[in-house]
Amino acid sequence: MSEWFAKSAAQAALTDVPEGRRWVLRGGDAALAAAGAAFGASLPAQAGGVARVAGTPRAALWLGPDEIWLGTSMDDGAALEAALQTGLAAHAHSLVDISHRNVALELSGTHAAWLLNSLCPLELTLEAFPVDTVTRTLFSKAEIVLWRTGEHSFQIVLGRSFRGYVSGLLAEVSRELAAA
Amino acid sequence: MLVIHCPYCGPRPELEFRHCGQAHIARPLDPSAQTADEWGEYLYLRENPKGMHAERWRHMHGCGRFFNALRDTTTDFFVTTYKCGEPRPAVSGTAPAGGQR
Ligand SMILES: [Zn+2]
Repeated sequence: MSEWFAKSAAQAALTDVPEGRRWVLRGGDAALAAAGAAFGASLPAQAGGVARVAGTPRAALWLGPDEIWLGTSMDDGAALEAALQTGLAAHAHSLVDISHRNVALELSGTHAAWLLNSLCPLELTLEAFPVDTVTRTLFSKAEIVLWRTGEHSFQIVLGRSFRGYVSGLLAEVSRELAAA
Repeated sequence: MLVIHCPYCGPRPELEFRHCGQAHIARPLDPSAQTADEWGEYLYLRENPKGMHAERWRHMHGCGRFFNALRDTTTDFFVTTYKCGEPRPAVSGTAPAGGQR
């Protein structure tokens, strides 16, 4: 991790999210309904929606009208994959394991949204981007998936090779916090 | 920065979008029945209007979807956006009030 200039973790902190399993699911309404049944929760239908399965690490993220990301922990991965393949067997669909493609960072603290907005023009007020909203967007030149997990916490899912670029830029911007 | 309304995601910063050329160009159903000139016209000839233009755009760094937009090329003003497959909305003149910016 690059040198970090926030005065405290309450102000801003960047941590690695433990490696997990992710799939991108594409399909029509029937396939998405069947996948939801196998997943344990109705998949999000609204733009930017997130569906979690209570008591499990499973989360489904809406990234497009027919594109849903399904995620869970390493431990739950095999069970979820088997359930999805069984549930989807009768439907035309595409289910691609993208676990190796991405890593996730957790950015938290009272200045988390402010740090993101330094290089991401998306409106991140709670009104425009409430808790459990997710979207693909840009952070500087890197494409990221941004998921607001709490009022002051965001999960940033990004290409593995962009991790140093994004964390380095966030550290650079955090100099402002040290100067303020 | 322009804010472009994706028909699927709503208002989003222009950096997330890509321009993809003129809209409503249908590929000939039987290419081999086309003359060379007709095929060349389909492939290469595009309008370049001063004023209202129907264009394809893609929400590249968002939902990934293609959609169509009516944009005034003199003001860079997005009058409206609509999903692929929908007809071009009837809008005339340039940069009417109440459009999307
Ligand atoms: Zn979109």
